[in-house]
Amino acid sequence: MWTYMIKRLLLMVPLLVGITLVSFVVIHLAPGTPVELQTTMNPKASLEAQKRLRELYGLDKPLYVQYWDWLKRMAFLDFGRSFSPDRRPVWDKIKERIGITVSLNTLSLLIILMVAIPIGIFAAVKPHSWFDRGTTLFVFFGFAMPTFWLALLLMMLFGVYLEWLPISGLTSLGFHQFTLWHKITDLAAHIVLPVLVAAFGGLAGMSRYMRGNMLEVIRQDYIITARAKGLPERTVIFKHALRNALLPVITLLGLSVPGLIGGSVIFESIFAIPGMGQLFYGAVMARDYPLVMGELVIGAFLTLLGNLLADVGYALVDPRIRTE
Amino acid sequence: MKKREFWARLRRNKLAISGLILVSGLFLVSIFAYYLAPYDPGQIDLNQVLMPPSAQHWLGTDTLGRDVLSRIIYGSRVSLKVGFVAVGLATLIGLIVGATAGFYGGWVDLVLMRFVDLMLCFPSFFLILAVIALLEPSIWNIMVVIGATSWMGVARLVRAEILSLKEREFVTAARALGASDMRLILRHLLPNALAPVMVSATLGVAGAILTESALSFLGLGVQPPTPSWGNILTAGKDNIEIAWWLSVFPGLAILITVMSYNLLGEGIREAIDPRLKE
Repeated sequence: MWTYMIKRLLLMVPLLVGITLVSFVVIHLAPGTPVELQTTMNPKASLEAQKRLRELYGLDKPLYVQYWDWLKRMAFLDFGRSFSPDRRPVWDKIKERIGITVSLNTLSLLIILMVAIPIGIFAAVKPHSWFDRGTTLFVFFGFAMPTFWLALLLMMLFGVYLEWLPISGLTSLGFHQFTLWHKITDLAAHIVLPVLVAAFGGLAGMSRYMRGNMLEVIRQDYIITARAKGLPERTVIFKHALRNALLPVITLLGLSVPGLIGGSVIFESIFAIPGMGQLFYGAVMARDYPLVMGELVIGAFLTLLGNLLADVGYALVDPRIRTE
Repeated sequence: MKKREFWARLRRNKLAISGLILVSGLFLVSIFAYYLAPYDPGQIDLNQVLMPPSAQHWLGTDTLGRDVLSRIIYGSRVSLKVGFVAVGLATLIGLIVGATAGFYGGWVDLVLMRFVDLMLCFPSFFLILAVIALLEPSIWNIMVVIGATSWMGVARLVRAEILSLKEREFVTAARALGASDMRLILRHLLPNALAPVMVSATLGVAGAILTESALSFLGLGVQPPTPSWGNILTAGKDNIEIAWWLSVFPGLAILITVMSYNLLGEGIREAIDPRLKE
């Protein structure tokens, strides 16, 4: 197990370097250098000030030196300072929001699992039943539904017409004075729609995938054996078949991380949730390059972490992987 | 596989046919938008601001009194353009990368495939937004950026196909006859690998349309006054408490369009490989 872990971690190193390289290339696609942008927005900046800024960012040095310097700073999570008026370090800005995004996405992953797996199992156990047909239809809708539209519809239904749920932010005004119970219900009311919207996209894919796995496994010889020795169908499905059908789901979970993180830009900006996605959207709108860069690298890093967790999880439950 | 056989199977697939009909319908709508739209999509009428659906304006009017139906009809042009150009680009890059990696193998394969892994590490929506932040948001930039960030699947697919094909006898025979690498790839290998690429391209169009509409919705895609389904929805969000029709109809247009490409793609997949249909 440990050799597998170490091998897997070593594999991450070139990917990490690659991520920084691609981000670096992307930021240098910019028509104007960051310095130009900062000074043109501020016409009072003298030539002297421009020169100082250029030196600060090292833009007068050759590209590979710039990259190396940037890489060195990034090893200490130093992404520079934001261009916005508060001029705070990029990492500080991301740090205070990363938790919200990660927990909301984890929550929606849990919902995806809790809903999609049973759907997949029941659809596969009785293929072409009304339940299977119904879920197939649902899956087609799920794949085609623009999540931001779903968000708008849910906001309109539950927020505007029924007035059951708040439609923006994480907490209500005066949250600090609420009792603990009130705090919990208030938070839950705020996050239920965003989490549902974030989960919806993955739901269709996961239930389809689960159904496919289950159908595959049920056809195997050992299932016939289990049935032949007279085990109740429930045991055959839930004990024998389910275990093997669940394995590939772990990989799909890892693969769905980039989609979820990317999707958080959409649902966080619609529901005004102060997470990484909303921060990124603001940075893009304001052309805040250091912040865009930081977000890009951290987003890719989270994806890498998700894949790593999935691989390690897979190795834990499936010994065949470890010995390879 | 025989062409006639393929069409015969496709024809028997009800879902695929309904997808094909819907997709062709969309083509016609965007080509004949000028004749179909009851109003000029840019025609402002400040006396008719935010009118609910009526006999005059079937799908209501927006914040500037423009006819929503006409704007949705013209918006189909954006979706069509983005879908085809972005996917065309992605398919082209994917074919080149996948064919090169699969054909030459060795370190070329290793480097190219590691690059594919790397690109898959980026949340693609983040990458797209970052590039859009650097360039200006415009329909051309979005098409290029969506294309440049969605070719990895095609590359993997083509590589796998080429790997399995290149050891076959007909390739050895062509090589023995003195065919160049280029000729081997273009004339003998790629044509045999096209079927799965076609499926992924059709599904890719659906994905590109979804991405474009999301970008336009966020104000980072097609810029007003050009109508796109995404940017009509932006107005829908701003007026969510008073004008439901601005949110409902453009979204429905996206849903139906994306669904028809998905149906067509799945239909083609089943027609190519009937084993997939249990």
